[in-house]
Amino acid sequence: MFISSGDAVPSFKGFTLILPAVSVGNVGQLAVDLLISTLNMPRVGYFHTDCLIPMAGNNPYASSTEDAAQLSTSAEVYSHRDLKLAVLQIRAPIIQTKVKSFRKLMISWMKSSGFLRTVLLSSAHAYQRDDQQLHGTPLRYMLSPSLEKEERQRFEELGWREMEKISVFPGISDSEQRLYIPGGGVTKCLYTDCCTEDVPMAVVLIFCSEGDNIPDAFALINCLNDWLHLLEKPTQGSVQWRVPPSWKLLFGSGIPPLLF
Amino acid sequence: MATFFGEVLSVYSRAVEEDEYEDMTNENEEDEQIRREIEEKRSVEVCWLLGSQDGPLQCSDLIIGAGPNASGFIRAYLLSTVGWTAVAWLSFWNERSRGSERPTVVPGPGEPSCVLYRLESCPTVLICQCQGFVAEDQLFQFTEKVFSCVQTRDLNVTILSDCSSADYKTSDYLSGSSTPFLRCLKTSTYTHTVTCPPLEQPNICSGLAAAVLSHCQVHQISAVLYQCYSDVLHPDSASMQMFAATLSSVLKLEQSLSADVLQRVTRVSEIQSNLYT
Repeated sequence: MFISSGDAVPSFKGFTLILPAVSVGNVGQLAVDLLISTLNMPRVGYFHTDCLIPMAGNNPYASSTEDAAQLSTSAEVYSHRDLKLAVLQIRAPIIQTKVKSFRKLMISWMKSSGFLRTVLLSSAHAYQRDDQQLHGTPLRYMLSPSLEKEERQRFEELGWREMEKISVFPGISDSEQRLYIPGGGVTKCLYTDCCTEDVPMAVVLIFCSEGDNIPDAFALINCLNDWLHLLEKPTQGSVQWRVPPSWKLLFGSGIPPLLF
Repeated sequence: MATFFGEVLSVYSRAVEEDEYEDMTNENEEDEQIRREIEEKRSVEVCWLLGSQDGPLQCSDLIIGAGPNASGFIRAYLLSTVGWTAVAWLSFWNERSRGSERPTVVPGPGEPSCVLYRLESCPTVLICQCQGFVAEDQLFQFTEKVFSCVQTRDLNVTILSDCSSADYKTSDYLSGSSTPFLRCLKTSTYTHTVTCPPLEQPNICSGLAAAVLSHCQVHQISAVLYQCYSDVLHPDSASMQMFAATLSSVLKLEQSLSADVLQRVTRVSEIQSNLYT
């Protein structure tokens, strides 16, 4: 559950919660890294749960030697008071047998904290797209019923595309349609839970392949910024997102010089 | 991914496993019963060896050794001296355990186990020696059980852990002469000086060391982790000796007594690695 890192328990009433799904390419997690690093958000608490694989490291957003040795764990909550923004960064995969517990934990925390809305950043396998999904932008959105009334008009103005439903049996006419997000991890389950529990949630996802997913993260966070306006967009060019120092050596260590 | 012959192959993903989440939705009563039985079998239990102990022990310093080199160091440098009493052990089972049930008797020396020892001359100093594999889904529960044995007020935790140097990421090439080496991580409430450089990003620690360190960070317990990076596959004496300097503030180590035990600890793997055995 959520444990505050300071003495005072922070209030999230009326805040927007942004969290990633652990999905293909880790795109949601990379996008959240960009958000926390650029806004310089302080950590306000931990998400201490047995549903995530434990990991620990030094500060992934270190800007100087003073804060480089701040310990970081599997799941932490950062917040920005002025923007009324809370961000939950999940850094480890969910243990397979505890996915149901994790969903219950997330739903109960979202409800008890009184978030205005929740944004889930996710991704899906590009190679499993349906034919109709191949055209145009790789970005998609999904809205839970309670958020649909408020935001659908806005999303249509932005020119966003809603996630298409796929036939359960392709080729058969009048077949049942279902939501299909391969490689999305907990995305579909969490979205379905939010729909049934009347939690306002928006899912923003991108189709991608595993590899160098940094461009996908930039595309996803730019898309989110078009909606939420977390950072001012300059008239020429795009927002200058700050890449955290933990992104270095993404493709391994140095090459042994004896190789040549 | 479709191939030339039309077959569809699943692509490996480092983030998600394929189609696992879909199967979780429709579970019946029998499935839930099986799941509960598996969880019960994989649960971690504390078994006290002191007759009258029912509450947590007074503890000022807790040393946790996780991994072959860290456990070997504890065995050679600490437990080989007189004055250590086993006070509790943790009973757990997973797929890599010996046997098919959770053990009910105290494990013998060298068996995979997790035993809590207390120093007789200074009863607030405890050692937790963890040999054997703790599964991913047991790490959280395991850590909670270990800390349920000790009082956490004014507690100082030192975690010793192993890691392969192949997992260490650095922009310069890591030559063989620089291994083994130590790196440290500490919680925000740790105020003592550390004896080695901090672990640089993007390197992280995982496993039992990460579970203990995360628990200490969340509950504001003073803790430090010393991770030894080694390029040797089996326990070796050079890696074990790296941990000696880390405990000088907690314990005084007997250097001469450990040479024989160190030989015995490392010789076991040497015999096993013989080509003709």
